[in-house]
Amino acid sequence: MNITFLLNGEAVEVDTHPTRTLLDWLRDTQNLTGTKEGCNEGDCGACSVMITDDKGARALNACILFMPQLHGKAVRTVEGLAAPDGTLHPVQETMIDKHGSQCGFCTPGFVVSMATAHLNGRTDHDDVLAGNLCRCTGYAPIVRAAKSAEGTKIPDHMRDSPPVHLGKKTDILAPKTSDALAAWYMANPDGTLIAGATDVGLWVTKDFHDQTGKMGEIAFLNRCTDLQQIRDQGDTLRIGATVTMTDVLATVRTLHPSYANMIRRYGSEQVRNAATIGGNIANGSPIGDNPPALIALGATLHLRHGDSRRDMPIEDFFVEYGKQDRKAGEFIEAVTIPKSAPTLRCYKLSKRFDQDISTVCGCFNVTIENDTIIAACIAFGGMSGTPKHAKLSEVTLVGQPWSRVSIEAAAIALLDDFQPLSDMRASADYRMEAAQGQLRRYFDDLNGINTNILEISA
Amino acid sequence: MSVSKPLPHDAAKLHVMGTARYVDDVPMPKGTLHLAFGTSAIARGTIRSLDLDPVKNAPGVVAVLTANNLPFANDVSPSIHDEPMLSNGSVHYFGQPIFLVVAHTHLQARFAARQGNISYTKDTPILSIEDALAADSRFEDCPRIYTKGDVDTALSSAPNRLTGCLEMGGQEHFYLEGQAALALPQEGGDMVVHSSTQHPTEIQHKVAEGLGVPMHAVRVEIRRMGGGFGGKESQGNALAVSCAVAASLTGKPCKMRYDRDDDMTITGKRHDFRIDYDVGFGDNGRLTGVDFTHYTRCGWAQDLSLPVADRAMLHADNAYLLPTARITSHRLKTNMQSATAFRGFGGPQGMFGIERVMDHVAHFLNKDPAHVRRINYYTAAATLGEPSEVKKVRSFPAQLKSAAMTQTGAFANSGTVKASSNFGDAQSPATSKTNNTTPYDMEVTDFILHEMTDKVLNDADYDARRKAVAVWNDKHAILKKGIAFSPVKFGISFTLTHLNQAGALVHVYQDGSIQLNHGGTEMGQGLFQKVAQVAASRFGVDIAAVKITATDTGKIPNTSATAASSGTDLNGMAVQNACDIIRDRIANCLAELHQVKTDEVTFCDGQVFVADHEMSFANAAKVAYENRVSLSATGFYKTPDVAWNRIAGKGRPFFYFAYGAAISEVVIDTLTGENRLLRVDILHDAGASLNPALDIGQIEGGYVQGAGWLTTEELVWDSAGRLQTHAPSTYKIPACSDRPEIFNVTLWDGQNRAETIYQSKAVGEPPFMLGISAHLALADACAACGPMYPNLQAPATAQEVLQAVKRSRA
Repeated sequence: MNITFLLNGEAVEVDTHPTRTLLDWLRDTQNLTGTKEGCNEGDCGACSVMITDDKGARALNACILFMPQLHGKAVRTVEGLAAPDGTLHPVQETMIDKHGSQCGFCTPGFVVSMATAHLNGRTDHDDVLAGNLCRCTGYAPIVRAAKSAEGTKIPDHMRDSPPVHLGKKTDILAPKTSDALAAWYMANPDGTLIAGATDVGLWVTKDFHDQTGKMGEIAFLNRCTDLQQIRDQGDTLRIGATVTMTDVLATVRTLHPSYANMIRRYGSEQVRNAATIGGNIANGSPIGDNPPALIALGATLHLRHGDSRRDMPIEDFFVEYGKQDRKAGEFIEAVTIPKSAPTLRCYKLSKRFDQDISTVCGCFNVTIENDTIIAACIAFGGMSGTPKHAKLSEVTLVGQPWSRVSIEAAAIALLDDFQPLSDMRASADYRMEAAQGQLRRYFDDLNGINTNILEISA
Repeated sequence: MSVSKPLPHDAAKLHVMGTARYVDDVPMPKGTLHLAFGTSAIARGTIRSLDLDPVKNAPGVVAVLTANNLPFANDVSPSIHDEPMLSNGSVHYFGQPIFLVVAHTHLQARFAARQGNISYTKDTPILSIEDALAADSRFEDCPRIYTKGDVDTALSSAPNRLTGCLEMGGQEHFYLEGQAALALPQEGGDMVVHSSTQHPTEIQHKVAEGLGVPMHAVRVEIRRMGGGFGGKESQGNALAVSCAVAASLTGKPCKMRYDRDDDMTITGKRHDFRIDYDVGFGDNGRLTGVDFTHYTRCGWAQDLSLPVADRAMLHADNAYLLPTARITSHRLKTNMQSATAFRGFGGPQGMFGIERVMDHVAHFLNKDPAHVRRINYYTAAATLGEPSEVKKVRSFPAQLKSAAMTQTGAFANSGTVKASSNFGDAQSPATSKTNNTTPYDMEVTDFILHEMTDKVLNDADYDARRKAVAVWNDKHAILKKGIAFSPVKFGISFTLTHLNQAGALVHVYQDGSIQLNHGGTEMGQGLFQKVAQVAASRFGVDIAAVKITATDTGKIPNTSATAASSGTDLNGMAVQNACDIIRDRIANCLAELHQVKTDEVTFCDGQVFVADHEMSFANAAKVAYENRVSLSATGFYKTPDVAWNRIAGKGRPFFYFAYGAAISEVVIDTLTGENRLLRVDILHDAGASLNPALDIGQIEGGYVQGAGWLTTEELVWDSAGRLQTHAPSTYKIPACSDRPEIFNVTLWDGQNRAETIYQSKAVGEPPFMLGISAHLALADACAACGPMYPNLQAPATAQEVLQAVKRSRA
């Protein structure tokens, strides 16, 4: 299939296989070997590239970015950061000055992430760089370089204009409306929908599903604009299925700061820039981080199958491990969440703080009136085959005074709510202890005690 | 002079532009084929049947090789020929290469490699330490034991005695650039191999064996690696030999690079250890004796496990004068990846054992652990007095610095004469005996940790902060802070003594430009730049005059691995030797032409001064050329004084020690065990640093890597022996925000007392062990939760920290 995009400022037309990755294309056909393969699964950032479209510039992992996703956009690789006259980009200069590279293999990915952040005026370097792993430097000189480049002039060539006019000539399968998508999916119920490809990408790069025929026909969702909308409905927000996690984060930052803080640790900058909330729900992971938060928020899921639509409480979507309440050809259109939940707290526990899959993700939303708990909505990821309510714990709390005694009773009830598994992330016993710990933390947290070690300084 | 300047990494500009070339970036000739291994799906057993038709029929497959198809040696072991490249019918670990796919593309090769139908007769794998001990499955016939004095009497008569057990996990290297090789067949059966390796000579050696040709028919080249950390000392053999064999059979260039999951599944990692200890000590905390038993899982093949386990034993004392000691080391053979070299090479594991003992003793006595450590230190070098020989050496670089130039005469009269002993006959070790000896009977004559400890504790305000942490902990029920100090004394030299040699090749061209080559490899540590600074200094020219070139077995033969932190020590000296030879030839030529004495010829600031005459270095080179002076020289160096018996555990394995000291402060959450580094202060000894910026880079990076080893980096095998943490999604090296917010790193202002290149010290591995202080700080925070010793194991994941919190409360 044919696509057109800008590569380091030059328009290119490419005839591509739908699951060819940008990384392989750059390295194998363009001799642009600055973009590196470190892990081939979006976890190390060595392949970071800058993509600009009408929403602006963002860093993405080229190893799990399929060529059709680029149609009509602008791609800038490490080779395109220096000015056409050879003048280095400010972050390239400061990386040299601050000794930010040692072996240099992760460096192209770092400078692309840093240059994208520089373009966007970002100075939250730890978040910007959470998806770029470095094994040599210990990161300190890289952050010094990023700080040193703050406020320096943005080189003109970095402001790519997305070549919208080029975006018309393509034969990729990318429905432009959810109606068209619904019709296609009815006709191709065994097909694969690709939005951000942060999960599907690994089906290809690690498991070769494209070669074994497991993926069937493929539809790309990136041009389906009506799925990308966030609609303010007064008391609720309706978030389209292909809203990226970056945009979800921006949306909930003031409404639900604790949820936002959890999303800040969801994947990495590059992953959040690609991953969609609908994709995170649809893949049904027992440890996906949105579902427990959405369950605790009492979110409603909107599904569409051809012309018929249905809504359900989001927890009902997760039937059991690996099984969701979704018919073949049915897809998630949106999820609706309340705008107010002042007592919502989301605690993500993982082996590493940033860019790690949760060991336990506990989300708590308890309503207290006159020191009595009148409603309790508690959900966990990582504690069973699906993200789900801690029903017995909730029942134990409702009607009780807001007290440590009540919380301890609920912590005991958790033992009956869940029988977690042991795996490479943690033991079953630890998962339970940590879930109870999160419940206890919630009590202190709501009572104004600082319980967050990320906020402690020496 | 170029040395001691904080110049950037030699390839820094190429790194940031994306134009630094790694093996996978080398332009491939048309028709290059790509390889992948089909690997075992069991940990132990024999192959009953091997159906490779689906592999052969997969798209793009050119050939499929098994052990039977290999033309010559089927072995990629760096030690005792116990590591078949392709299984010879028996399976020893999950992920072992069984067949080799040759295909038109990398993706085709990887896809085809999964299509084999292999049936096995399974045996019960030997996985745990207990399994291995029960089966007496081990390398070497019996445990190695080093002893000093009568430890049993010391323990039985000690006023206080503690026993304990410390388990520490292994560590995946996670070099960002995975293993890779490219073989280019040449005329007459010769082979050129690009390999991402720390050990080009080993690659050359194994490729020659695999092709059945002499080593002269194989040339191995490596410009740079994207990280090594020990993981490319032997683990690249299989790829390079595969590429060479396939290239030889097909006549086509062949390339192989592991996908990350394959890399982590196939290659070896740091050795995990269990260390049992039994320690006796006085009421003041002074140790009277300690009995260590090391158990390490070496995996299925011997690889480098013996010297790794040796080095763990050799660091069982760390900075402490042990009046009596016994170290027993079990090297266990298990059905897992063959554990291999990793920064520190066993040293960190051995050192962690005694640091745990110090911690345990301090907790028992309710004393400041920093205090207990100090009273157990070796006697200070300053107290011992200096041998006259050392004094003479120390004046040598000082003279250079004051003159700010390289004066041929000065070297002819003292420096070169002094140095000549390094290039020829061995020096005998100093024999003056004190009681300041290690458990392997080496006298410690350069101990500077007393002074360094004073400085770092003072600069980091340790005493006040330790009190502040206690106050903070009294006020906080859920979150607890911890703080800990730990020192490092790390022995420098390959313990296999003959490896302590290096070669160099230097050309000066008639335009005055200099081409530099040596046997060391660049993996990010800055070796090439530091050695180029040496070359520039010897000729008195700017660093820009020196061209660094790829490591190449065709230029320098018989090299040692770039390992053991020795790269700069060895290659810097060899390059100095080569440069001085050429410089002296130029000086002699000019002296003769101008009828002056040779010592009136000096090289400085890009100029050559010949008595009253002055010319550019380029001009001097041109004149020398026109006077038919050879402007090319090889250099050579061998470390003096080292000699020991590894079986007896007696002698002098190390030329000198490198020192460091760190203080870490952490916070833990006692509800979940989550934990974080808050502040780190480091004082590290790089001798007279050749490049302070690069050395600090090694220290910062080494600390974070060491802290990662002991905190978030957890390797998990399932009960069938399959590694479950085989990708960065499940194996967690430190990320950007894991670095401490406050991170103060200072170089100790001193010179190496041993005669090393410009009196600098090796800096690659020693700082890694500063990360032990992070674990000790976590244990300190756990100890703040209750009266009991928390007995924190490693890695101290959140799960482990929570268990330790509970133990302290029990």
